[in-house]
Amino acid sequence: MKAKVFVTLKKSIADPQGNAIKNALHKLGYTNTEEVRIGKLIELDLGDITAEEAEAQLEKMCAGLLANTVIEEYKYEII
Amino acid sequence: MNNSYKAVGLTEKEYKKIIEYLNREPNELELNMYGVMWSEHCSYKNSRALFRHFPTSGERVLQGPGENAGIIDIGDNQAIVMKIESHNHPSAIEPYQGAATGVGGIIRDIFAMGARPIALLNSLRFGNIEGSERVKYLVEGVVAGIAGYGNCMGIPTVAGEVYFNESYNGNPLVNAMCVGIIDHDKIHRGTASGVGNSVMYIGAPTGRDGMGGASFASVELTEESEEKKSAVQVGDPFMEKLLLEACLELLETGSIVGLQDLGAAGLTSACCETATRGEGGMEIDVSKVPRREKGMLPVEIMISESQERMLLIVEKGREDEVRKIVEKWGLHAVTIGKVTDNGRLVVKDKDEVVADVPAYSLDSSGAPKYYKEYQEPLYIQQVKRLQPESVPEPKDYNETLMNLLSSPNLCSKEWVYKQYDHMVRTSTVVKPGSDAAVMRIRGTKKGIALTVDCNGRYCYLNPRVGSAIAVTEAARNLVCSGAKPLAVTDGLNFGSPDKPDRFRQFRESIIGIGEACRELDTPVISGNVSFYNETETQAIYPTPIIGMAGLIEDIDKHCTMHFKDEKDVIIHIGETKEELGGSEYLSRIHGLEKGAIPKLDFGTEKRHQAFILSAIEKGLLKSAHDISDGGLAIALAECCMEKELGIKVQMESMLRTDVVLFSESQSRFVVSCSPEALTELQRLMDLQEIPYEILGTVESEDFVIDINNKNIVALKVKDMKEAWKGAFQCFMK
Amino acid sequence: MKFGVIVFPGSNCDIDCFHAVKDILGQEVEYIWHDTKELEGYDCIILPGGFSYGDYLRCGAVARFSKIMDAVKVHAAKGKLVIGICNGFQILTEAGLLPGALVRNINLKFICDTVPLRVESQDTPFTRLYNKGEIIRIPIAHGEGNYVADEETLKNMKENGQIIFTYTNNPNGSMENIAGICNEKKNVLGMMPHPERACEEILGNTDGRRLFESILLSLEENRKHE
Repeated sequence: MKAKVFVTLKKSIADPQGNAIKNALHKLGYTNTEEVRIGKLIELDLGDITAEEAEAQLEKMCAGLLANTVIEEYKYEII
Repeated sequence: MNNSYKAVGLTEKEYKKIIEYLNREPNELELNMYGVMWSEHCSYKNSRALFRHFPTSGERVLQGPGENAGIIDIGDNQAIVMKIESHNHPSAIEPYQGAATGVGGIIRDIFAMGARPIALLNSLRFGNIEGSERVKYLVEGVVAGIAGYGNCMGIPTVAGEVYFNESYNGNPLVNAMCVGIIDHDKIHRGTASGVGNSVMYIGAPTGRDGMGGASFASVELTEESEEKKSAVQVGDPFMEKLLLEACLELLETGSIVGLQDLGAAGLTSACCETATRGEGGMEIDVSKVPRREKGMLPVEIMISESQERMLLIVEKGREDEVRKIVEKWGLHAVTIGKVTDNGRLVVKDKDEVVADVPAYSLDSSGAPKYYKEYQEPLYIQQVKRLQPESVPEPKDYNETLMNLLSSPNLCSKEWVYKQYDHMVRTSTVVKPGSDAAVMRIRGTKKGIALTVDCNGRYCYLNPRVGSAIAVTEAARNLVCSGAKPLAVTDGLNFGSPDKPDRFRQFRESIIGIGEACRELDTPVISGNVSFYNETETQAIYPTPIIGMAGLIEDIDKHCTMHFKDEKDVIIHIGETKEELGGSEYLSRIHGLEKGAIPKLDFGTEKRHQAFILSAIEKGLLKSAHDISDGGLAIALAECCMEKELGIKVQMESMLRTDVVLFSESQSRFVVSCSPEALTELQRLMDLQEIPYEILGTVESEDFVIDINNKNIVALKVKDMKEAWKGAFQCFMK
Repeated sequence: MKFGVIVFPGSNCDIDCFHAVKDILGQEVEYIWHDTKELEGYDCIILPGGFSYGDYLRCGAVARFSKIMDAVKVHAAKGKLVIGICNGFQILTEAGLLPGALVRNINLKFICDTVPLRVESQDTPFTRLYNKGEIIRIPIAHGEGNYVADEETLKNMKENGQIIFTYTNNPNGSMENIAGICNEKKNVLGMMPHPERACEEILGNTDGRRLFESILLSLEENRKHE
């Protein structure tokens, strides 16, 4: 079972990196860019387990380690 | 009367005081403004009454407490700007961002005075690191956060301290200090003067982050704190770097009347403080404030603690000039209001007045001031008792010494400071790892020495003397570098002021610091108070961190603690007494945190410091190191590490061996000199009646200590260094 | 001789490079703002260390689009000297003026330390006053100094003698212990260590001085030949 986890800063948390990149894109002429949010993509191979088991594990992994829920939110896809 | 005041952390009495100021009930925005401004963090309402114990003036003091930072004269029209600040609660919740934004905040305080920041220091406390994943996580995050911010800013982090103790479990301390340099005629203050002058906003847009951080910092941590997550801010050092350069360039133009950092309590605090220092009033329009999120309410804008923002008071008519410079740095400047002299802080949302309060009533001149109750804590009498006979003497001192060298509090902190760029700006003459950092002042012969110090265990066992020792130890560190101590900034970290026993610790500590600063002629020029550093089960050890700066007139004469050459003579200055109480040895080897802490005699202290300083200035010493945690044996070991040199020491003593090696008696130093300089040094010591003992010589690789003709320690410096250097890395695994 | 130190938003070793050229070499030097379009009259261009654009996204990724970088390319194409130090090195690789890339240190931490380097080649305008094989000590201060390149590139660089400095005790995981490289024409040098931090007795290290003195010597010889 493979999975992708996406970790991004919560909407209410400032994203300095995203802002700086947005400004850079504007400078390059992409002035229509309204928002840039930067996050992490984490790819996992969970081995031979069921989708339910994977989901249960991912939830714990995300809340416990992969994301810091103080400032980040996460979502995952099981492939 | 409704009880909405509770939600903003105020009492009924305080609410009544607001009504008195306004002659009416406050609206929600006004109430929130009072809530954040009258929190301990902003108003010092519980601590202010005690500050009179501090000496705050002196010939060299150009700016004492009450501004963004203190300023001390170093001659030639130059001055040092400095301040320390805590970011304990945010770091407990999100260590990386908490520590990073702590560094960001203190840097803004320095350049708000118009100074160029040239050095950062920090003082950290964590719970017991051995085996605690939580503590490791905090250490990892805090250190990375400090590094992430300071390194990006290009300000070297040159000194600091890291200590571990159970009392900080759940309540880590992160205190950051920044030092800047400025010419006397360039000093700016956070003053809104000149009626009609414009109030401009520059820097990052305002978001909902850091909502109510000031009142957050003023309550004890509970499980619920995890829920107050919006109080966590994210630092943007890149933005701050641009802000710094833009502000310094703006100040050159003469268009800036006042400059203020938007720190705790955000716009509310910046507006009322600049107004109070200036003409007394200000009018702003919140709808003009740049925002990061849509739909923000005036109250959210007024108390947001978003980082990297500054308020400028600009001479009327020169706004475009300001805007141009700010835009060059990729930032925007927006006029949000004007200076008035009607004594009111008026907040508008477009045309509607949404708050209208007397400006002074918000800041510390109008905030309540409490004389809190205090009483001696119960533990004090218990912990004093220590029967020396009950402490068994170690059988193998080689083993004891190795154990101490590789303990969390005494081992090398290289793991930490290697993550900090301590060399950028190419002015760091003495890098982390000696007693104090030494920075040269470019274009002059001068240098400054910087240090932060505090022994929390001493302060727990005896708050008054322990705090005085924090001051004298800081001064000793500077003196060992060849610097004359000039001034202090203090970071006072304590438990709840609402508990009389905790408040007594605080009171005693302040008196102790005041006494020591008066004796050493090092006025307190700025500082910070952090209360409520306690969990449901315990409070931290009282931890008044002393940041100190000193002046070296001739940088070529600075000194370090490291032994330099074989055959140099090692001398112990001062007297060792049976003072194991509160020592690192007692704590680490015997698991005891008790006993009477070492005595401090100011007369002796001053004489010894003056002697060391003059001997360094005369060029008689090749190294100088103060004896503190771990006593003489650890001090000797530390002197050997850098160059991997050994020692051959022979002592005579009537005291117990562990006392000779590990007692932490005050006012002592280990120095070395060339054999040729010895005669002159002895002559001076005899003349000035300085107690001393010639211990032996610097050798190539063996660390040998004999006492009363009996060998006590025989180790290879190489092995000691390996254990000492590698320990921290092992704890972090 | 006239040096130019480029200032990107977030550069912070600009003053250190400026100071080294002015006070140590005694040469003329100017700051050049990143928005500048032309580079006329400069003999050597320095891209200093720091965190241009906060190092957000990737180190040097945004700075390479600065207006000045086109002018730097023209300057380099003329065979004139360019040196990128730390963040400057990262920008030069992002801009394609030097091969390879710099990624996060293997220990994932920022490292500030003074480390031994081996001078692999004295056959460049930047290193002629060093001896080949000589060990010098130069400060490093970076979080992303781990040099990577594909095998083909590494092979070519070795054959052309483009590897200029190597670590004797690899601190960051760099391939082939690479600390500094140059382009094929040897007029563009990139290095992670900071020679400008090692130019004065008072700072306890003068091993970086000869790099600046080499540059000056090369420029002076060039001028004679012109």
